[in-house]
Amino acid sequence: MLDPAALEAITLTLQLASLTTLLLLLVATPIAWWLARSPSWWRGPVGALVTLPLVLPPTVLGFYLLVALGPQGPIGQLTQALGWGTLSFTFTGLLLGSVIYSLPFAVQPIQHAFEAMGQRPMEVAATLRAKPLDAFFSVALPLARPGFITAAILSFAHTVGEFGVVLMIGGNIPGKTRVVSTQIYGHVEAMEYAQAHWLAGGMLVFSFVVLLGLNLLNRKTARVMP
Amino acid sequence: MRRFLARLTLLLGVATTATAFGAEVSVAVAANFTAPMQKIAQSFEQDTGHKAVLAFGSTGNFYAQIKNGAPFQILLAADSATPARLEAEGAGVVNSRFTYATGTLVLWSKQAALVDDKGDVLRTAKFDHLAVANPKLAPFGAAAIETLSALGLMQSLQPKLVQGENIAQTYQFIATGNAPLGFVALSQVFADGRIKEGSTWIVPASLHKPIQQDAVLLTPGKNSPAAAALLRFLRGAKARAIMQSFGYGP
Repeated sequence: MLDPAALEAITLTLQLASLTTLLLLLVATPIAWWLARSPSWWRGPVGALVTLPLVLPPTVLGFYLLVALGPQGPIGQLTQALGWGTLSFTFTGLLLGSVIYSLPFAVQPIQHAFEAMGQRPMEVAATLRAKPLDAFFSVALPLARPGFITAAILSFAHTVGEFGVVLMIGGNIPGKTRVVSTQIYGHVEAMEYAQAHWLAGGMLVFSFVVLLGLNLLNRKTARVMP
Repeated sequence: MRRFLARLTLLLGVATTATAFGAEVSVAVAANFTAPMQKIAQSFEQDTGHKAVLAFGSTGNFYAQIKNGAPFQILLAADSATPARLEAEGAGVVNSRFTYATGTLVLWSKQAALVDDKGDVLRTAKFDHLAVANPKLAPFGAAAIETLSALGLMQSLQPKLVQGENIAQTYQFIATGNAPLGFVALSQVFADGRIKEGSTWIVPASLHKPIQQDAVLLTPGKNSPAAAALLRFLRGAKARAIMQSFGYGP
């Protein structure tokens, strides 16, 4: 059954996924708002940049992160100058990788929700003399709630399922960078198929339940909102 | 009808002769043996006309693929346990196993003066990460851990260890500077009889069990003349010389 190492990996994965989701909601909201409402020409390139992690193989992302985080890389030089050392092989490094890797899964649903809302609610709020920031928090955010829920669930699930990036920048350190997906890979490679089955089966059930929940939730909100 | 049969026989004859002169053999090769095997395959093709189609990866992955019907004809493993297991489980041809190479472990850094020729750097606090291959998956990783234990450094260095999934990834960690030093295969940092760059300590063979790499003929290659020829070639002088130039022992 599940050994202590597996439990440690599960705990770490859940921590990583929760923190990534939290950070992503903070980072993705302004990006999504800007992408949904700005008339700027830059919308195209920025939108493409944000979507890149969706189509790039994780090995490309992982390799560039490894190089960028290293002592000669731009991020590595910055973190060293700040006195943090390098971020490869650390939980913080994984967190950074996960945020980049799951960015499109957070930005897109929120952006679509903002777009679906249209200009009108904000205009009405403005005629009622709401300041833009006030209108954003009391009108736009509540209206875009389904988008936020979808974004949170997808970011969480996608981070739980992250593998290539973690493998390439993690270094497989128990309790720090060894997550469920890399643990499963290790078991399979070491021919420990019984342990692999427990974790892999759990992952399968988890992913199915998350997607099923999302589906049901979307149907419900679709019914509530005409 | 008779003419048709005659033609068919002729056709089959031509086909068989063609096979005998230039058949393909598909080989699964352990990642650490990538560089020498590419050279050996070239030399093999020139000498025999057969073509060796190479796939590189980790031995554990190959094991899973072979057990699930991958059509490899030969496995050049990074260890001796996997070929033995494949043979015992019926996926390898009985009595076809032999040690084709013995690996050499080195402590390597990309920085010129970090590693000294006695490995004393391991006793200093000059580094924050020490890269090793996952000891459960890679024989070079297991040898690295044995070395650290033999030196009595396992406990003090444990918090600094970062693991690559295989020896190639371990090399990547060090080559990109993310880990200042680590244990890799000599073949990865050695070419034309010398160290390519950085500083190394060649770990004495007395500090770990020998890294014996065994070959095994797999069931799909049982009746393949090209597979038999490659196994013969691997034991020959030409292949030996190539292996030696990459730092492998017999």
